[in-house]
Formats: sequence, structure tokens, C-alpha cells
Amino acid sequence: MDVGRMFGEVAPPLWSGGPAPGGFYSFPGTNNKQHETKTHTMYPSTSGTSVVGLVYDGGVMLGADTLGSYGSLARFRNVERTFKVTDKAVLTCSGDIADYQFIREVIEQKVRDDEISGFTPVLNAGALHCWLTRVLYNRRSRFDPLWLECVVAGFKDDKPFLGYVDKIGTAFEAQEVASGFGMHMAIPMIREAREKKGNLTRDDARKLLVDCLKVLYYRDCRAHFKYQVADVTAEGVKIENDLNLKPDTSWSIANFVRGYE
Amino acid sequence: MFRNQYDNDVTVWSPQGRLHQVEYAMEAVKQGSATVGVKSSTHAVLVALKRASSELAAHQKKIMPLDKHIAVSISGLTADARVLIRFMRTECLNEHYAHDQALSLDKLMEKVGVKMQVATQRYDKRPYGVGLLIAGHDGDGPHIYQTCPSANYYDCQAMGIGARSQSARTYLERHLEEFSSSTREELIRHALRALRDTLPNDVELTNKNCSVAVVGQGEDLSIYEDEDVNPYLEGLDQEERRGGAGRSEAQPTPSDDTPASTDTTQPPSSSSGDQPQGESMDTD
Repeated sequence: MDVGRMFGEVAPPLWSGGPAPGGFYSFPGTNNKQHETKTHTMYPSTSGTSVVGLVYDGGVMLGADTLGSYGSLARFRNVERTFKVTDKAVLTCSGDIADYQFIREVIEQKVRDDEISGFTPVLNAGALHCWLTRVLYNRRSRFDPLWLECVVAGFKDDKPFLGYVDKIGTAFEAQEVASGFGMHMAIPMIREAREKKGNLTRDDARKLLVDCLKVLYYRDCRAHFKYQVADVTAEGVKIENDLNLKPDTSWSIANFVRGYE
Repeated sequence: MFRNQYDNDVTVWSPQGRLHQVEYAMEAVKQGSATVGVKSSTHAVLVALKRASSELAAHQKKIMPLDKHIAVSISGLTADARVLIRFMRTECLNEHYAHDQALSLDKLMEKVGVKMQVATQRYDKRPYGVGLLIAGHDGDGPHIYQTCPSANYYDCQAMGIGARSQSARTYLERHLEEFSSSTREELIRHALRALRDTLPNDVELTNKNCSVAVVGQGEDLSIYEDEDVNPYLEGLDQEERRGGAGRSEAQPTPSDDTPASTDTTQPPSSSSGDQPQGESMDTD
């Protein structure tokens, strides 16, 4: 006879093995995760900063630095985030570098599919911009956005094209487009230049673009001196790599900055 | 018991390596009234002969628009054509939605070709009993495509399908060299002459029984019906009919995909161009 059970010992806890108060019972042999919360991308990981693009007389130009920031850490200093899609389109992204690499692979496969199937018009910048809008808006509607701000440059119907799409699907076309900090600092600079001189030549555009990138390098703590420039004309796409802003900058003024020590 | 033991199912081969159900479906195209397509270096034109199912009924539409740059004319089962046309219209719209541009003919034909092929290979389906002529203009210039129930499709300079269309093809073959340099109006005239050659001697093209579609460089698709056809028909009845006019088709010439065979289990081929009207399945 088990006398110990009857006297003195602690009774087994009520409701053992059951769900927590307010929880759901988990049946044996099932792995039911439908009641657990699921987290989507809430913030970017390794990210790239501003992209600047502008339309000039007969073409479009895009510039972006090659820094992959990990928070405020300048972790990867040579990440190229500009790529030639076709002879009529270039894509540069700021935001999450991994998401950029993903969308680049999808687009590259799309272009290959077009190439192998007889005659199809090459993917032009207008078509790419529209397609990106659909993809990014769809992803944000599923609460799983691709954390990107895309700038598409190129040609559409034999005219220069420049467009912007961001992670929530906001899309527009403009004569000057920038992402991130560039939206606040580069766009006013380009508009001012246009007011002074209506038609920008290719040389004007190049000078202006480098100016914008330089200002961004001075003022944006996530910017970098190494950069790429893509130039799209009716002849095709030209991408210049390994450009350097540093020789053109002067930091002597930094000695006068006070209050951030 | 059965005249032919290999024609009960689309998926069953005959020992001669033929699919009889698919070949029967090819015959449905010849029951519909004729339609002709021609292209030049700048334009693509479709013309079609419309039939009325009875004295009391209106003439059945033969040419349908897909988009601003593509039109389709049909011969065979109208109901099957409607399914295919709805599919192609959806594909055109999808291209506008996804890429903000007009669908290229090349891509469209690939898609419709795949859709039609599936129906020739699955036991729970039947081939589409309709032939299509697809005319359009895209970045690669004008196009005329022909599709068959066998799911083959052909890129053509000119083509005619439907009842007594051999006469139209004869005309087109004789004038093939002239098409590429033709103007818009000349091209329409060629197409109408070819179509007229499919008519019996006592019948003429009128604005009731014929429609015209044109699309080309710098020009969106236009489809002309009824009195809008008049300018194009003007003077056509004065022109002398060429060879082949009014001649009824004796035996259709065998094409590549349906090689003529000497075996006794051949599917019935249309013995004459004139088909009985008002059967259970409407063909136009």
C-alpha cells in the first residue's frame, strides 16, 4: 500500500503537458506552427546608400557608390550595385544588398528567357520599370517586401527613360531621380542646374553627377568615395567602375566642426 | 463494328503513326467559310467571308481584335475560337499590365501554341476545332500566322483557310512576289481578290458578307464591316476573275503534318467545298 502517496507528498501539477493559459493544445505527432507569430523583413541588413540619376540631352546617367554598410559599420567597401540589364536598361538599387542580388538574378534569367525565344523585343527600361513596380508592390502587399529603392535608367520608345520604384511599390518617372539621402540633397542640385541651363549636355551631366556624389560623400555618413557611373545612350550602355572621389575632396574644414566630439 | 479502331481517342496512335482525332479536327477548319491574310513589308491584312446561319440571322463575325495591334480571323468551330481569342486577349492584357507594352506576335504564338498542343495530348481533352489567321504588327514588322487544330502554327507571307480556300491560296501563290512591295490599298485588293476566288461564280463579295482588317507601321488596327467595306470593294466586281474562280475543291492537298496515306482507314476528308448548314455545331 502506497502510504507515501496519501500523506505528505506534493500532488502532481494540475494540467501538466497542456497548453499555457491562452495558448493552444499541441496534439502529439503534429508540428503545428500556425499559431506562432511569423516575422518578415523589418529592416535591411547590409545596405547600400543613395543612387543618383539624371536625364541629359540624348541619354541617361546613373551614379552610386560601392559601399555595403552593416548598420553604421562600413563593412563591404567594394559592392557593385549597378548592373547592365540589356542594351536599353540599367538598374541600380539602394537598400538591402541581398535583396538587390536576388532581384538581379531574377532579371538576368528573364533576359535570358527573352534571348532564347526567337524574336522578342529586348527588355527596355520602361518595361523593366513597370515589371519592378508589379513585383515590389506585390511583395509589400504580402507583408514581405524586398527592401529596395530601385532606379531604372535607359531607353523606352527611343527616348531616354529614368524611373524610380521603392519597397512599397511607389513608382514614378522623372528627369532626375535619387534614392535615400540623395532625394534630399542631389535632386535640388540637379534642378537648380537645369534652371540655369535648360539642356544639359553629356559633359554637364557627368560633372553635375560627380558633384552630387561628392556632396553626398561629405554629408551622408553611409556614403563612400568609391563609385560607379552608368551612362546609357542610343548606342548602348557604358558602366565605369572603380572611380574615386577622394582626390577631389578636402577635409581640412573638418577641424572647425564643433559639438560632435 | 468500328470502321476505324484507332480514332476513338485523341491519345491513341494508329499503326501508321497518325492521330486520327487530330486529323478529324483539321477537317473542321474546312467547314468554316474562307478567310485570307496577306502581309507586305509594312502592313498585314485580313479579309473574311461571313456566313449567315439562316435568312433571319445576321452574318457571323469572322474577324476579332485582340489588342491595338493584332486581329484574328477564324474558320471552324466558332465556340472554340472564342475560347482561344479570350485566352489571347488575356495574354495581351497581361503584357500591358506587367511590362507596359504591346505583346509581340512571337510571344503570343508561343503561348497559344502550347495551349493548343495540350489538347492534342491529353485523354480528357479534344483538339480545338478551329483554324486561325493572326495578323499583327510589332517591333519586328508585320506578321501573318496560321494555326491548326493539330497545334502547328506557321509564319506566313500570305495564307487562306476555310471552305474552298485552295482557290485563294492559288491566287496568293501566283502573286506572292508582288505582296512585299504593295501599298496598304494594293494589299487589301490582293486579299479581296484571293477571297473572291473562293466564291461560286454566281456570288459576289458584298459589304454584308465580307469584312476587312488592316494593321501596319504607324497605324493601329482597324476592322471594317458593312458599309465601311464599300471603298475597298469598289470596282472589284468589274475585274475579271482569274483562274480557279468558282472551282470547287476536289480533294484538299495533303500538307506536311497530315501525310497522305494509302491505308483504308483514312479519315473522311471534305468531299466538296459546299457544306450543309445548320448542323449541331456551328462553324463559320
